[in-house]
Amino acid sequence: MPPLSIWYTRVATVHLLTGFTIGALMLANKGVAFAPWLWRLRPAHMELLLLGWLVQFAMGVAFWIVPRRWEQPRRGNVIGARIALVLLNAGVVLVVLGSLVQDLPALTAVGRLLELLAALAFVSHIWPRVVGREG
Amino acid sequence: MPPLTRWYVRTALLYLFAALVLGVLRAARVIWQIPGAGVDALYLHLFMVGWITQFIFGFAYWMFPVFSREAPRRSPRLGRVVYVLLNGAILLRALALPVRSLSEGVDWQWVELLSTALLLVACLLFVVNTWGRVRGR
Amino acid sequence: MPTVTRWYLKSSFLYLLAAVGVGVWLALRGLAPVPAFLAFVQPVYVHLFLVGWVTQLIFGVVYWLFPPPREGDRHDAVWWATFILLNIGLLLRVVAEPAATPRPGSVWGWLLVLSALLQWAAALGFAYTTWPRARRRGRYSHERRQQAEES
Repeated sequence: MPPLSIWYTRVATVHLLTGFTIGALMLANKGVAFAPWLWRLRPAHMELLLLGWLVQFAMGVAFWIVPRRWEQPRRGNVIGARIALVLLNAGVVLVVLGSLVQDLPALTAVGRLLELLAALAFVSHIWPRVVGREG
Repeated sequence: MPPLTRWYVRTALLYLFAALVLGVLRAARVIWQIPGAGVDALYLHLFMVGWITQFIFGFAYWMFPVFSREAPRRSPRLGRVVYVLLNGAILLRALALPVRSLSEGVDWQWVELLSTALLLVACLLFVVNTWGRVRGR
Repeated sequence: MPTVTRWYLKSSFLYLLAAVGVGVWLALRGLAPVPAFLAFVQPVYVHLFLVGWVTQLIFGVVYWLFPPPREGDRHDAVWWATFILLNIGLLLRVVAEPAATPRPGSVWGWLLVLSALLQWAAALGFAYTTWPRARRRGRYSHERRQQAEES
């Protein structure tokens, strides 16, 4: 597994744990109400699990297993995938903060934009690798 | 990577892109005049079905153990049918959700039901085509 | 494909069908008479999809494809425990959430608390077993070769 995939999958696992922890608290609160304010964490729960966990983990595994080229560098230009890792996590953190700080809606918008740019950067890397055996 | 997987993966990446564009628009409130429930549901649908489920279908078709020497990927034809049904379901729903939230017409509910039924058939056929490949050596 | 993976994957397929089946049922609202509790089923639908189908499939694929741990022990007991915790937790949610939502604090509500705990424990189990396996396989074989030469 290449180092970049290790980063992707490990950070995704951290997001999984954080997202599941928030989700478990919200679910328990739904069963036996003990902290009504927990419901405000729902956007953060969704963001951590949809983008932080699922997208990030899929990107990490895709970077690892999608076919490599016959010649060096085997994974082509990896800058897009590196940039995507940074942008995606910055985006997730900003969207989570934006959902917690009600007075700063711009945080969410900027975070979502960073997530979109992360996807573009990753696609620019992975698209040429989505090929058959013949290359 | 077989051609069908390439179709699945590339289409999945396009839906991811579409979902994230919708995410930006939601956050920027550019489409604030459209009632939120329809857009939220569309965002989640593009994400869950268009992106991640489609990506998994393509990945499974490529990577899972071969079914038999004669039919390594079981039925490629069924794989193509699943691709068409899945994307038909996604596009129908993408059309139905925002329109339904704008007009309470019962006709759009039928479109939504049809889309969900197509999705169910696609998933059933995927499971039929893939179940036998989930096996040991 | 190892046995653990097969259980995770085949269960995830069943959840996919269950989730989309519930989706069809939800789409019937307004078109046909449906039971009242269906109003509380939307979160169940989303979690059957994202936890039962997607997350469970990822867990199974990780056990199968990720490099083996350096010490060679895959912690199979933890993987099985994770599988059981995730599935019992999710099934409890499916049963308890529609009943507990209008009546928090009832027996159904406490079952929901249990469901939350079980699923959270499953995530912990996955993180515990996966973290050391997200690593370079090359280093593993290199170290083994080195150890073999030294011994």
